[in-house]
Amino acid sequence: MTLAESDRERVVGELGRDPTRAEAALFENLWSEHCAYRSSLPLLSAFDSESEDVVVGPGDDAAVVEVGDGLYATFGVESHNHPSYVDPFDGAATGVGGIVRDTLSMGAYPVALADCLYFGGFEREHSRYLLEGVVEGISHYGNAIGVPTVGGSTAFHEGYEGNPLVNVACVGLLSPDRLVTAEAQRPGNRLVLVGNSTGRDGLGGASFASEDLAEDAETEDRPAVQVGDPYAEKRLVEANEELIDAGLVQSARDLGAAGLGGASSELVAKGHLGCVLDLNAVHQREPGMNATEILLAESQERMVYEVAPENVDAIADLASKYDLGCSDIGEVTGDGRYVCEFDGDVVVDAPAEFLADGAPLNDLPMDDPETPPTDYDLPALDEAFEAVVASPNTASKRWVYRQYDHEVGARTAVRPGEDGAVLALHELADAADVEAADAPGMALAAGANPNWTDCEPYLGAYATAVENATNLAAVGAEPVAAVDCLNGGNPEKPDVYGGFGAIVDGLADGCRDLSIPVVGGNVSLYNDSEAGPIPPTPTLAVLGTTDSVDAPGSALAGDGTLLLVGGHDATLGGSELLAEFGGSDAFPDLSESAGDVVATLASVAGEAHVSAVHDVSDGGLAVALAETITADAGADVSVPSLEACFSEAPGRAVVETTDPDAVRAAFDGVADVVELGASDASGTLTLDVGGETLDYGHEEIAAFRGTIADAME
Amino acid sequence: MISVVRFGGSNCDRDAARALDAIGVEAEIVWHEDGLPADTDGVVIPGGFSYGDYLRAGAMAARSPVMDDVRDAAESGTPVLGVCNGAQIGCEGGLTPGAFTTNRSARFQCEHVNLRVENAETPWTRAYDAGEVLTIPIAHGEGRFEIPDDELATLEDEDRILFRYCDADGNVTDDANPNGSKGNVAGIVGDAETVAVMMPHPERAALPLLGGTDGRGVLEAFA
Repeated sequence: MTLAESDRERVVGELGRDPTRAEAALFENLWSEHCAYRSSLPLLSAFDSESEDVVVGPGDDAAVVEVGDGLYATFGVESHNHPSYVDPFDGAATGVGGIVRDTLSMGAYPVALADCLYFGGFEREHSRYLLEGVVEGISHYGNAIGVPTVGGSTAFHEGYEGNPLVNVACVGLLSPDRLVTAEAQRPGNRLVLVGNSTGRDGLGGASFASEDLAEDAETEDRPAVQVGDPYAEKRLVEANEELIDAGLVQSARDLGAAGLGGASSELVAKGHLGCVLDLNAVHQREPGMNATEILLAESQERMVYEVAPENVDAIADLASKYDLGCSDIGEVTGDGRYVCEFDGDVVVDAPAEFLADGAPLNDLPMDDPETPPTDYDLPALDEAFEAVVASPNTASKRWVYRQYDHEVGARTAVRPGEDGAVLALHELADAADVEAADAPGMALAAGANPNWTDCEPYLGAYATAVENATNLAAVGAEPVAAVDCLNGGNPEKPDVYGGFGAIVDGLADGCRDLSIPVVGGNVSLYNDSEAGPIPPTPTLAVLGTTDSVDAPGSALAGDGTLLLVGGHDATLGGSELLAEFGGSDAFPDLSESAGDVVATLASVAGEAHVSAVHDVSDGGLAVALAETITADAGADVSVPSLEACFSEAPGRAVVETTDPDAVRAAFDGVADVVELGASDASGTLTLDVGGETLDYGHEEIAAFRGTIADAME
Repeated sequence: MISVVRFGGSNCDRDAARALDAIGVEAEIVWHEDGLPADTDGVVIPGGFSYGDYLRAGAMAARSPVMDDVRDAAESGTPVLGVCNGAQIGCEGGLTPGAFTTNRSARFQCEHVNLRVENAETPWTRAYDAGEVLTIPIAHGEGRFEIPDDELATLEDEDRILFRYCDADGNVTDDANPNGSKGNVAGIVGDAETVAVMMPHPERAALPLLGGTDGRGVLEAFA
């Protein structure tokens, strides 16, 4: 890929001369789709990103929201899709590293990760190879840096065969006085590069991420994939913490896409300033690197800090304590020019804001998606139940999360496998001196269901917002903010871009109706290959807060009434049932009062008479019920029709309670509440569907749900 | 004061200090290059990935200068506990016999396991009864205990095994062995009973709000 002719003309017009080789490479990468969001930025104004909790909204390395008195959380999400196809282990590992550094650069300490993974059909060996490598990469990196991976999602769909998705969200914590942004502050300050030395790795990663994946990408594009070093990242985490403690940092940015060139130009452009960099001063891993390589290498585990001149030595001392490289590479200037010198020559001299923000946006044509017709044949009930409960999409993900250290940090009160993760906020408990067993916490849920957006992108994306918010409500938390990772195919294809536009609108409307500000995100386009485009995939991560980390959980206690909040639905569009057996249908109608349902459910989940809450999502009511059964607790329930067992209308939950009237009263005027039956001590699910009865013991259900572990071991 | 030794790559140092604090024991995190403070009454070598686990888990930290301080402290009777990576460092550093190596599954495993208390007469297990079953989390990729048969027999003869992996009823079975450890051994003491290593994380089972406090008894050795 080279700089497009129209871009080149624009650059020549601004500079009044031909760009140097280094400038051309810099513009090519910084003006790539991956860095400049040329095709997505025009759509992103659909999102509301403000609320009284939002401290820093979109546009910085990570967003910052208030999660309690005197406590901020950072929140960000990133994709590492193309690298994870070419080299699943290193591609996924470095995706973790990148989003963690986005957390550091705000002055925060990372405390939680969530990974949303999307692969081709599970029956394909290639998909399982990618799953194995991606999970191992995340495990290798996330575990070593001591950040627990507490949640996420794993989905399989034919559309990802040639282009899997790896989306990683990270949450960090900081006190307000530690907040740092990626906005350069003052001319005369020094720019200091801390971390790994720079080598020729990951060259052109940003432009590689802005093209369709070629058939030979696994061999041809391997040099564009970086290799991570979690040990260096861990030392960078601790060094960053000490730098912030000591108040040495004026502004910070991590080095990600487009390397030093990207980070340093964006940092000074955001402060409406410039800089002069001495590229020879950059600590390098290999000899003979030229200016372009030093500027654009995506070597991992590096941060650039703006530092007052008198503090450069203190930074160097701290870097040395942690065996990290450190170089004083230049000065912030007041003239707005981004200047790089190399071997005594000026190799880059361009307006910083033109470089960082000057890319022209694309106005591409869109074809609106159509609603699929209702056209399917229903399978037999037992066949349907067994296929859907054993589908890799709905089956247990324990094989995945068991490989992640989800408890390091001593905060994880609700662990993976539940609807949402809950993390104790010791800082608030310490400050308030509350009884430790009932500490305040924050909750995290993340994911998207490609079957939903493949069926109807707008409604599917709207439902993604409702589903993630419902996950939080099920663990008693109310949403505070969301970040999104919008994945699409090649935007130059009108039907693909139309689907992408629809998920943007659907997600924006869903979050708005739920009163959840979307405070940041990431866009990944050109997820297209020989196998075709991916389904438009709106990964959403939602962060919430709760007064008590003590959540009821999805496992039945075995002695209560079972209610379905949200009522039955019989529309099958987007369902796992149709994915398994074929056919099509419209996506279910969505409730307009999803926000009230979520708030009420969060409150009901905290009531003493409620012993289990589980949201209804992938696989519908049948899967939700199956997941609540344990060796000691069973359920005897009636559902009116096969469709009602498998519809995936979102915003619904199964609630086990000893006081059903109280639940009905709470939802009066908010949502339908249907009595499903009762829980018992049988360890068996007895499901009556319009007169036909199924019986499955907990061991049988566990065996169905063991699909992934069975195939991977 | 209990010293929690932090190496580059340690990641359970804060958790250990918090857990000790929760049971009323004063602890501070000590950077390995600074050496053990003179007022050290006990040492925790916490979990993590010291030196990135490069070369071999625990191998490089075991040869770092602070370990000379730790060995001196151990010889003078100061309680020393190595957890997870700290256990690997302890074995590599000669504080305890045997070695912890790659799990039978060849994968990292994070899960809650059952442990049977084998010897309830040590400082680390005095809070428990012999045969009691504890639930404590593990999180490791290299936790399979290996030791020559005769050395294991010696450990057994000398009653130096603290915990074995077991099922919920206390039966020590192969199914209940999460990582293939020889003899289902999860933790042992050194020549002196004041030195212990274990792969499970007692500090992760010390705060009531995280769902269990079975690990507190181990940490009470420092009280």
